[in-house]
Amino acid sequence: MAFYVVQFLTGLASAASLFLVASGLSIIFGVTRIVNFAHGAFYMLGAFVAYTLTERLSGALGFWGGILLASLAVAVFGVLIEMILLRRIYRSPELFQLLATFGLTLMIEDLVILIWGPDDLLGRRAPGLRGAVDFFGQQVPSYDLFLIVLSPIVLGILWLLFRRTRWGVLVRAATQDRDMVAALGVNQKWLFTSVFALGVFLAAFGGALRIPRDAANHAMDLSVIVDVFVVVVIGGLGSIIGAFVAAVLVSELNAFGILIFPKISIILVFLVMAVVLIVRPWGLFGKPEAPARKTPGLTVQPWRPLSANERVAMIGVLIVAAALPLFGGTYVLTVASEIAIFVIFAASLHFLMSVGGLASFGHAAYFGLGAYGVAFLAKMAGLPMIVCLLIGPLLGLLGAAVFGFFAVQLSGVYFAMLTLAFAQIVWSIAFQWVSVTGGDNGILGVWPAAWASGAAAFYWLSLGVAVLVVAALRAMTFSPFGYALRATRDSALRSEAIGIDNKRIQWTAFVIAGTAAGIGGALFAFLKGSVFPDNVGISLSVDALVMVLLGGVETISGAIVGAIVYKALNIWLVSHTDLSKLVLGAVIVLIVVAMPKGIVGMIETLQARRGRSTKSAMLASRVESAE
Amino acid sequence: MRQGKWFLNGLLAAGLGVMLSSAATGAMAQDEIKIGEINSYSLLPAFTEPYRKGWQLAVEEVNAKGGVNGKKLVVISKDDAGKPADAQTAANELVSKEGVAMLAGTFLSNIGLAVSDFAKQKKVFFLAAEPLTDAITWEKGNKYTFRLRPSNYMQAAMLVEEAAKLPAKKWATVAPNYEYGQSAVGVFKKLLSAKRPDIQWVEAQWPPLGKIDAGPVVQALAQANPDAILNVEFGGDLVKFVREGNTRGLFKNRAVVSFLTGEPEYLDALKDEAPTGWIVTGYPWYDIKTPEHAAFLKAYQDKYKDYPRLGSIVGYETIKAAAAILAKANSTDPEKLIAAAEGIKLPSPFGEITFRKIDHQSTLGAFVGKTAVKDGKGVMVDSVYRNGADYLPSDAEVEKLRPKS
Repeated sequence: MAFYVVQFLTGLASAASLFLVASGLSIIFGVTRIVNFAHGAFYMLGAFVAYTLTERLSGALGFWGGILLASLAVAVFGVLIEMILLRRIYRSPELFQLLATFGLTLMIEDLVILIWGPDDLLGRRAPGLRGAVDFFGQQVPSYDLFLIVLSPIVLGILWLLFRRTRWGVLVRAATQDRDMVAALGVNQKWLFTSVFALGVFLAAFGGALRIPRDAANHAMDLSVIVDVFVVVVIGGLGSIIGAFVAAVLVSELNAFGILIFPKISIILVFLVMAVVLIVRPWGLFGKPEAPARKTPGLTVQPWRPLSANERVAMIGVLIVAAALPLFGGTYVLTVASEIAIFVIFAASLHFLMSVGGLASFGHAAYFGLGAYGVAFLAKMAGLPMIVCLLIGPLLGLLGAAVFGFFAVQLSGVYFAMLTLAFAQIVWSIAFQWVSVTGGDNGILGVWPAAWASGAAAFYWLSLGVAVLVVAALRAMTFSPFGYALRATRDSALRSEAIGIDNKRIQWTAFVIAGTAAGIGGALFAFLKGSVFPDNVGISLSVDALVMVLLGGVETISGAIVGAIVYKALNIWLVSHTDLSKLVLGAVIVLIVVAMPKGIVGMIETLQARRGRSTKSAMLASRVESAE
Repeated sequence: MRQGKWFLNGLLAAGLGVMLSSAATGAMAQDEIKIGEINSYSLLPAFTEPYRKGWQLAVEEVNAKGGVNGKKLVVISKDDAGKPADAQTAANELVSKEGVAMLAGTFLSNIGLAVSDFAKQKKVFFLAAEPLTDAITWEKGNKYTFRLRPSNYMQAAMLVEEAAKLPAKKWATVAPNYEYGQSAVGVFKKLLSAKRPDIQWVEAQWPPLGKIDAGPVVQALAQANPDAILNVEFGGDLVKFVREGNTRGLFKNRAVVSFLTGEPEYLDALKDEAPTGWIVTGYPWYDIKTPEHAAFLKAYQDKYKDYPRLGSIVGYETIKAAAAILAKANSTDPEKLIAAAEGIKLPSPFGEITFRKIDHQSTLGAFVGKTAVKDGKGVMVDSVYRNGADYLPSDAEVEKLRPKS
């Protein structure tokens, strides 16, 4: 019995560290609607700065002072980031801030290595809390008890702050309806800045408090960020109490789950999230989102198919691209094939995001399923390459059909997080089912048939498939189906009213996008000759998001440019500099600031301004008021 | 709109131009011999930085002695960002663009396997430096791939030899939940149970790699009340595990056998909280008195004003071995390189090693000893070098494991 009590307490202590970080994220998201990917980076910075300070300052006061000071210092840094970077892009398309914070995370990762060196840094234990308390023969670390007490205190302080101060009232009001708060004359700028500062403070505080348990290390940011997001979503976005309950739920399920299924940790949080979201689409304590007053983009460019001249231009571009083997070597061609494959992948996500308004955080699942489909067919059934390429993507289709059915019942960030959960479930199956998938050692030897094994042949194949997929997606965008899909995106109520079956349309779009991603994955398996769980991983899903956002989510085919720029830049930087993350992050941040609508979005805006400035402005204002 | 498309063209052209111009710089000098090296520099800086220093020292030494048959040895190093797919992009660049004579390096097992499969497909010689998986020389072995570091199986066999001497009957295991952790536990269990049929395996914990929730894991292990624990955790997970275990008294009156913990990369991070009395494999650089190692240690410390980690040895010996193979083959033809590498004998800081013809595994060994804390730092004591050649299965068994091709 004593064991179960102690295991429960241990779970609570784990929940405490999770809650501190999660509460900050929840607050930031609730008010600013920023999906703050850099939250993990702030957490990591908190730990590293606290390490430095607690090593310098002596005594108990030095230790606790160091922890607080570190959190404050990182919060100040966060404020600077908010004022310099994020303020410029609040009006950008949804999720664009994700791109900025992603770039920031890349930069901070390299900066931490530059400043603190590559080694893990083991800090001091908390003075006075080094030992353990004996509980019926079981040892409970006193630092755990401290954390267990601390987290309800923090929860209480936050509750008082939000319920009993004017600032808190404004924050809650902004969480519910920020346009209304702005209309009432509240200075949103400072409200957002202060909220961001509080959130970052909590992240850094959570990181700093890891010092007595953990070595400060370079993988801290990514290891925490996804779990924290999951906790926030399970609890319900913007709900602090929800975050607390979710943290306890997840930690306790883990603490007791590993007694029965020792391998459960790897997937537990995602399983919990999937179940919670299917049963309660807004998380445990969340409320249904009010029908959002969409922030219209800077200007609205009405979509239209390519004109005859533009088609000629596109064919010209294609001829140039197809001529690449005449002057490029094997390496250039292989890189170009990879880029073509990522064009397919990004375009498929872009179709879902721009036409359907459905941002998936787990799109790699269908890419990876296509790749695994090919690997199974080629290795186990020994089918020829063409057959593999034709049938393999069907696994992506199947996955998208099953997961998409559940996912389209939700919307917004909840939709995104459910797709993430499904992707992680696929990933963990690929990772755990060693006898079939080879686990993390993957499936090797999936090489193309002789006719496609030359670099030029494979490049033409990839390019050809990419052109077909992109053309098909564009054709669908301008088909009646595409218009119906746009209707569901723009106004769920109105589209229902004119007889569109929203969920069925969205589900179909999800399956189309998943299949297209599967086609990309199938080619990728042959390009690399092997398939790994990586091909389903979060980082690949994030890559796809970055490509789409970089290109411009409000455009029709911006993802193509996004994929080319991001992939080429990434490969080139990794090959040419040791600080590839720093440079890549900086480039992304610069693009975000300079082109708040993405690369293609910006070009289109510039053109519109130059060409028919008055007409489009009038059109834009009319579209806005129509919303 | 049309201008936009032209702008796109411009972007495309610029992107291609960048790639082409960098392709043009890959021209090869006649008096050079190039090795392409790949490792997870950005993902695992704590391990790959000492490794990089090791191979840089080796390149310097080789060239100071006149290079490889009079040609200057050049190592072109690429980062794989910890992803198999990126490693293949890098391998492709090194082979197709830089025209390297062979590939070398890699740390993570799945990346090692990805590059070895690439090597097989493209018929390139590949010397895997650090990946531990048995598959790379056995189940998924191929004739183009050689591996330097003592494999998972070899390290398990070395530890089992010591573990079998313990009186402990009830064993628990804790290992990161991925291929390396699983196969380390699997081999250890198989070998130990074979030697000691009286042993019971009472508990197994599999926390995710890099994300151990140490408190509950330690509690779960303690609850099973084993006599001994096998640990495969390393890096940041090890720190958390050891701290929680110390606080909760998990290691009191229990034997612990632990993979890799004696390597400075992992032991040093624990400072004065390093566990004592664990039976570990590792690299006690402060205790190795052989002349070969003394020479290496002096050269390394003179150059870097820092002590070597195990990665330094691996990096150093990888390039030394590569140079020896290139010199013996006196050619960059992969078939000749394979012929030269099979059975080649060469010196190392740990003594003479050889690359076995049968499975392309080197006989580089490891040190087995016990952990202790000295002057506020974790160290290995009573350590003995175990020659890798003595801890491999019989040739007949190896023949069965390796695919025929």
